[in-house]
Amino acid sequence: MSIMLAILVAWLFACGTYLLMQRALTRIVLGLSLLGHGAVLLLITVGGRAGRPPLVGKGDDGAGVAAPLPQAFALTAIVIGFGVTAFLLALAYRSWAGTADDEVQDDIEDRLVLLANGDGHFRGNDVADDEPWDEWDDPEGAPKATEPKS
Amino acid sequence: MITILIVHVVVGLIAAALGSRLGARVFWVAMLAPAATVAWVASIASDVHDGTAIVQDQPWVPGLGLDLRFVIDEFALLMLGIVSGVGVLVMAYASQYFDDEDGLGRFAATLTVFAGAMTGLVTADSLILIFVFWELTSITSYGLIGFKDTKTAARSAALQALIITGAGGLSLLAGLIMLTISTGSSTLSGLAEATIGGSLASWAAVFILIGCFTKSAQVPFHGWLPGAMSAPTPVSAYLHSATMVKAGIFLVARLSPHLNELAPWRPMTLIFGLATMTWGGYRALRQTDLKLLLAYGTVSQLGMMMAVFGAGTPKLLFAGTALLAAHAIFKASLFMVVGIIDHSTHTRELSELSGLRKSMPLVAVTSVIGGASMAGIIGLAGFVAKEAAIVGLLSAEIGGVDIATAVFVGASALTGAYTLRFLWGAFTDVEGVETPIHKPSALLVAPAAVLMIPTIFFGLFDKWATKIVSPAATALDQKAEVYSLHLWPGINTALILSLVAITGGIVLFAVRVPLEAAQAKVGRGFDAADIFQAGLRGVLAGASRFVAVVQPGSLPIYLGVILLAVVVLPLVTIIGDVRFPTDRVLAESPLQFVVVAATMAAAALLALSERRFASVLLLGSVGLGSASLFVIQGAPDLALTQLLVETVSIAVYVFVLRHLPSRFKEPVVSGANALRALIAGAVGLTVFLLMVTSVADRTAPLVDEQLTALSYPEGEGSNIVNVTLVDFRGFDTVGEALVLVVAALGVVSLVVTNGQDPRQVPSQLRTRNRKDPKPFAPLVLGQPSVVLDATLNAVFHSVMIFAAYLHFAGHNSPGGGFIAGLVIGAALVLRVITGKEMLGSRLSVSPSILLGVGVLLVTGTALTSLALGNALLEHHTWQATIPVLGKVKTTSALPFDTGILLLVVGVVSSFIEVLVGEPEADRAEVTA
Repeated sequence: MSIMLAILVAWLFACGTYLLMQRALTRIVLGLSLLGHGAVLLLITVGGRAGRPPLVGKGDDGAGVAAPLPQAFALTAIVIGFGVTAFLLALAYRSWAGTADDEVQDDIEDRLVLLANGDGHFRGNDVADDEPWDEWDDPEGAPKATEPKS
Repeated sequence: MITILIVHVVVGLIAAALGSRLGARVFWVAMLAPAATVAWVASIASDVHDGTAIVQDQPWVPGLGLDLRFVIDEFALLMLGIVSGVGVLVMAYASQYFDDEDGLGRFAATLTVFAGAMTGLVTADSLILIFVFWELTSITSYGLIGFKDTKTAARSAALQALIITGAGGLSLLAGLIMLTISTGSSTLSGLAEATIGGSLASWAAVFILIGCFTKSAQVPFHGWLPGAMSAPTPVSAYLHSATMVKAGIFLVARLSPHLNELAPWRPMTLIFGLATMTWGGYRALRQTDLKLLLAYGTVSQLGMMMAVFGAGTPKLLFAGTALLAAHAIFKASLFMVVGIIDHSTHTRELSELSGLRKSMPLVAVTSVIGGASMAGIIGLAGFVAKEAAIVGLLSAEIGGVDIATAVFVGASALTGAYTLRFLWGAFTDVEGVETPIHKPSALLVAPAAVLMIPTIFFGLFDKWATKIVSPAATALDQKAEVYSLHLWPGINTALILSLVAITGGIVLFAVRVPLEAAQAKVGRGFDAADIFQAGLRGVLAGASRFVAVVQPGSLPIYLGVILLAVVVLPLVTIIGDVRFPTDRVLAESPLQFVVVAATMAAAALLALSERRFASVLLLGSVGLGSASLFVIQGAPDLALTQLLVETVSIAVYVFVLRHLPSRFKEPVVSGANALRALIAGAVGLTVFLLMVTSVADRTAPLVDEQLTALSYPEGEGSNIVNVTLVDFRGFDTVGEALVLVVAALGVVSLVVTNGQDPRQVPSQLRTRNRKDPKPFAPLVLGQPSVVLDATLNAVFHSVMIFAAYLHFAGHNSPGGGFIAGLVIGAALVLRVITGKEMLGSRLSVSPSILLGVGVLLVTGTALTSLALGNALLEHHTWQATIPVLGKVKTTSALPFDTGILLLVVGVVSSFIEVLVGEPEADRAEVTA
């Protein structure tokens, strides 16, 4: 295997993950494309040394041929990577069309949990703080708390 | 047995269906199920008495050793009698108790299913089957407690019961599995022969007991039972006194003969049981609601049975069986009485009930008999059972039994006291209060009154009582057969203790006023409901705090954490053991060195780029770099594909990015980016080390040699990569092609979405700073370029012919369906980029038809070889002599590859169509 190729693969993975962790969807898609390149090159790199193209006709013993299986895998990976890239770009387009922006925003629900946690209150549907749990000596009596409206 | 269970389900379904039509009469339908059980029990009773237990065994999951195995011995028969007999009476009672109201069908159905689950529980022999029925009773109990689902209190009570018994159920499951592992037996009957011991079995006992404690409302898990009193009274009478709460007792009774020698068994059952017995009695003394008073009484009695069965000497098993039967009968009856009072006076408060002695004499008599049995007054079933228990305790040779007996007698005094309180509260006169009643119907009173018959009968005719109890106890433990019940045991220690308990009860009742004051002064203090509530709040608050930390809502943070996790483990594993493969070289050639350096530079610039278009061009450079590296490596197919894919994807990027701002918002240099770079560096390092080490560690021979050797003889093709794709690994290619189709459909639906334009995006997606987002791309891309157009006209057809060549030659030379399809796709992209014409006018076939035909060809070829009796996608060869061309040989790989080609063209043209704008639709919009 070629050490230079291995270094390139590692480099592509590093640059790809760096872009993946950004907020702009475009950069995320670019990062995934880089990761794709890295992965395809990884397959080829671990396949062994370079050789002549794997075209072996009748009477050819195939000596010195570059490993064909990683190439077949890599071919598949390239094509699927293409499909995924197009899909993600359409997603970015969609996000832009809706929000005029391709930034990934923080999840609103999650931020709410974070904020709600500030005052130590969590309000579920059935287990509210003001429910008459201690009034069980009056089991069928009307609950002291207000009934949920819906 | 299975038939009986099915009957319950069917009857339940019928009841649910008829509920709205029949109103409260639906319970007569529901009664059919327990009535069927009663009839069945009567029909098999003599067989079971005569000796052998009835066994039914139906394979369920043989692989796991799970069978639907039911064993009906004498003990099961007694339980069945209680479950079905009380069931019939409760159904009759319910038909009078309820006025016609909504939801009765659902209620009756749930009650019937519960009866079925209970029937299964007491007869199941496989431990896992017991667990299944056990859980089923918890779930149906949830529905029944929460019947009045508009009331918060009922819902909370139902939830509390479900959480506590459900958690206990998990503990039980763990315990049963541990028991199965430690004994090698997965059935109750198998435990008799198994050797039981060791720490695993002890732990199993602990977990099983926790499960039983929750189900049978033992301290400190008892809080749900008083809460469950918000259920309608038929439920309280059936589930929460006679049957479901006995499930834990039942299981302890079944297991006690086998497990009571295990270290934790007796201390746990005795301590928790007696604590429950005392605490329940103590709490019952301060209740002013009749139903709650009985509920705490039930808690107390359950504790007593837990202790008696848990201690588990043969004599105590015998006494426990008697207690179990006696309690089920009188407690169900007393609950029904409370329901009758509630129904007739609309109150259950002690202070508001007055004059019932005269207005409801039969009810009063029934209560006195039931209460007397509960308090253990001589001449009633409760007495003979309790007497047997005291005798059993006195003769048991267990550590600490003296203390246990003392506590037992003390708690029995509490029982006497709260019984008196119940009778006094319900039936004495309160000065100045005259409770108005409307007379209960005879049918409402009858079930409660009927239950007094066995209470008196078995109290007076001890021989008959023994006849019922003795075989049942013997079924638990062979050694219990020598004991019998006695109406008058003679003056002995046990009788004196009984008298002490009764006297104590009277004294406690006499001093009730100062006692209540003292209780009030002590305050509520320890209260299970509070503990449960605090626990629940704690869990919810903890969960919310936990979620706030692990789920901050930021995608970069999530990805960073995931990537770190991906990196850390492998890095820690291999960091000390990095090896390099032996066939390594620094670079294959100086050229490779140069190309790698250039590609790395392009990637680095891409990561740091601030502009969108520059980024895309840099990505293109990386792609070209890898294509060159493929050439150097000896992979012409790959290089061709990479070049073409790169061309088309850059075009797709441009189509989309032209809408977006040219610069990224985020600054390139920031603290967050430094952290990102650090994580990214770690990922790169991990990939590098993993790569070199795993190649160095390779032991198996490469399959490539086989592929090379087999390609021509087996696949009829020289291009090994192509043969691999269409033949050896053809199934992969089918999947890959379908992924492409799905991606294309996804792109189309994301951009066009059902003909809706993105202006109609849901309001959440819309934002603040743009009022009228552009729905579609402009019709043409900028000014038409004459030069481009002329060039394209010159080469377009040549490109098409070249594509055809690549397609047909692909099996033997570089090329193939993918590559040919991409060449055509690239030509179509060029056509669009010239800006003069749109796709639709040049390509007469719609992309969706291309996609469809492609998919059909690909899957069709794959399936045809199956139909011909070959392996999936195994190739087939045809030879023919065609004029002009001469001898032509082709294989079934050709239609397959053609399908791929059509599919790829379809994919690329759908991308173009939706991303650049479909002319027809746009024109229609313009003219409209």
